[in-house]
Amino acid sequence: MIEAIRDAMDVMMARDGDVVVFGEDVGFFGGVFRATQGLQAKYGKTRCFDAPISELGIVGAAVGMAAYGLKPCIEIQFADYMYPAYDQIVSEAARLRYRSNGQFTCPMVIRMPAGGGIFGGQTHSQSPEALFTHVCGLKTVVPSNPVDAKGLLIAAIEDPDPVIFLEPKRIYNGPFDGHHDRPVVPWSKHELGEVPDGHYAVPLGKAAVRRTGADVTVLAYGTMVHVALAAAEETGVDAEVIDLRTLVPLDLDAITASVGKTGRCVIVHEATQTSGFGAELSALVQETCFYHLEAPVARVTGWDTPYPHAQEWDYFPGPARVGRALLETMEQ
Amino acid sequence: MAIAKKASPIPSASPATNGQGAAPPELGKAVELAAYRQMLLIRRFEEKAGQMYGMGLIGGFCHLYIGQEAVVVGMQMTLKEGDQIITGYRDHGHMLSCGMDPKGVMAELTGRRGGYSKGKGGSMHMFSVEKGFFGGHGIVGAQVSLGTGLAFANHYRGNDNVSLTYFGDGAANQGQVYESFNMAALWKLPVVYLIENNRYAMGTSVNRASAQTDFSKRGLSFNIPGDQVDGMDVRAVKAAGDKAVEWCRSGKGPYILEMMTYRYRGHSMSDPAKYRTREEVEKVRTERDPIEQVRARVIANKWASEDELKKVDAEVRAIVNEAAEFSTNDPEPDVSELYTDIVR
Ligand SMILES: Cc1ncc(C[n+]2csc(CCOP(=O)(O)OP(=O)(O)O)c2C)c(N)n1
Ligand SMILES: [Mg+2]
Repeated sequence: MIEAIRDAMDVMMARDGDVVVFGEDVGFFGGVFRATQGLQAKYGKTRCFDAPISELGIVGAAVGMAAYGLKPCIEIQFADYMYPAYDQIVSEAARLRYRSNGQFTCPMVIRMPAGGGIFGGQTHSQSPEALFTHVCGLKTVVPSNPVDAKGLLIAAIEDPDPVIFLEPKRIYNGPFDGHHDRPVVPWSKHELGEVPDGHYAVPLGKAAVRRTGADVTVLAYGTMVHVALAAAEETGVDAEVIDLRTLVPLDLDAITASVGKTGRCVIVHEATQTSGFGAELSALVQETCFYHLEAPVARVTGWDTPYPHAQEWDYFPGPARVGRALLETMEQ
Repeated sequence: MAIAKKASPIPSASPATNGQGAAPPELGKAVELAAYRQMLLIRRFEEKAGQMYGMGLIGGFCHLYIGQEAVVVGMQMTLKEGDQIITGYRDHGHMLSCGMDPKGVMAELTGRRGGYSKGKGGSMHMFSVEKGFFGGHGIVGAQVSLGTGLAFANHYRGNDNVSLTYFGDGAANQGQVYESFNMAALWKLPVVYLIENNRYAMGTSVNRASAQTDFSKRGLSFNIPGDQVDGMDVRAVKAAGDKAVEWCRSGKGPYILEMMTYRYRGHSMSDPAKYRTREEVEKVRTERDPIEQVRARVIANKWASEDELKKVDAEVRAIVNEAAEFSTNDPEPDVSELYTDIVR
């Protein structure tokens, strides 16, 4: 998936001279996850470069660049390091259009590796998507596979507004389904690992059905799509697994169509539960599908605790926990 | 619009100075032997941690301190009971030098219940109220503000304790560092800002990320004095540390020490360090190794024989092996432990 992300930036840098890429270790070193490897050699140090460890400054400078017509696609090395920059994201990037009556806009992308499953502990595993979806003026994207990652990132760079692009780092190398004790399956063995060449966009705000089913709708994104698919296979529950792909804008039509059909809904995310994005999804399902529901909407999430160093697999909402929720929802 | 500067040669550390150009004062037999033992303990501990990581006994992020031992060991000699120490994630050396138990540190790395954070924190997140160690922090630069607050608390309580606040050359570019400098100078807080300049922040060398590469000058506009120190020579560290700590203790406000040092290993265990040459590392290792420097003086002055030094090595290895054993056999924390220490 990392190659797909790099490819998206490569395609856009070639097409549009206003696209610039920077961040910590991004230029010379090529990024800690190698997402920008080769871009500095190809496009020069003015278009792909290193920034000091100054997240607030990095995002703030990008907002200024964007206001003057550049299209920065910047990297925050891990989503966990975003907090120093949160003020610039919320108070400036998200509000520039509104505050200037549309005279200034902020066409920028902030890429951030996010999520757990890599023994990262409390400062390298967080899933902060709800901190962005709560802020109007931002769009929030979470790809689950290489084909989408490339197309969504291209759409994000072309988008006229600030886009938060959260990359589930556990699936950089393959579709991780939560079975940490099994060998990693590489993307080359997966149909969504075959990334088309050149330019294409996956539109923001369009979900994808990854598995059709009649009994229960599972709403997931990122790594949890693969966990949900595994849980459906292992429990034998005929689940319809919807990969949201973008959280804002949200494809509510896809959700209501599916829940309208199945009458049941399980929401899955890695982030902690309280005030997580699952709460928003649950409320929307209740508001729009109430008369179709045959069971309470269930959530499977990270526990409401910091992400631990030890006992990671008791924290991570793996296929066993998701499977249990599927079965319980079916019994209602 | 050329943003990237032409790469300038990597600044080499200044020769042995304590910031005033003079040769550092001698420490004498007892102090040098103690420094030797302490530095060796850190080195062997880190080598063992590296091995255990390779064997899969330690997971996640693990940043070794090998090469930088003289900094924490020299600084520790300048402190008294009650002084506080706070640092970032490359923290094993700091914990060992302030007397924390190697068993508890290693067991934290392996994620076991006997670790300083019961296994929940990992390599980057440990604390000891007893030893005055305030962490272990994974977010680059955050500890600088916390260290400033510790100094405020000393000031408020009217004690003469000093906060020793460590951070890296990369961390020195975080905005909150300068917010902290301003407050510390404004309120005359007893804090030594100790910048460990090991020439790299992850894969980015100092000159790729810093406009002012002389970090001892980073406090100038706040009138905070600063010295550049040979951080590979424990004598120079101690001399500079004594001066800075005394400055703070006597109520004159903050002080900056830039320790010119070097890390031999990659940034973390997953970094093959391809951004620098093997020769660069070898040169520092052979010419300026902090432990070898002490060793050479000990032998030259006949403070100890080769055999006696071997005995020290054996004792240190025994301590480290005991820590490794403990941290391998100690059980993981109970799952219920995940819910403790969030709020009361
Ligand atoms: C706020 C924040 N940004 C980025 C990182 C990722 N990161 C961890 S260590 C590091 C390099 C820091 O270098 P330096 O301060 O020189 O310390 P050293 O590793 O050399 O000891 C970076 C970029 C982080 N942990 N926190
Ligand atoms: Mg450094």
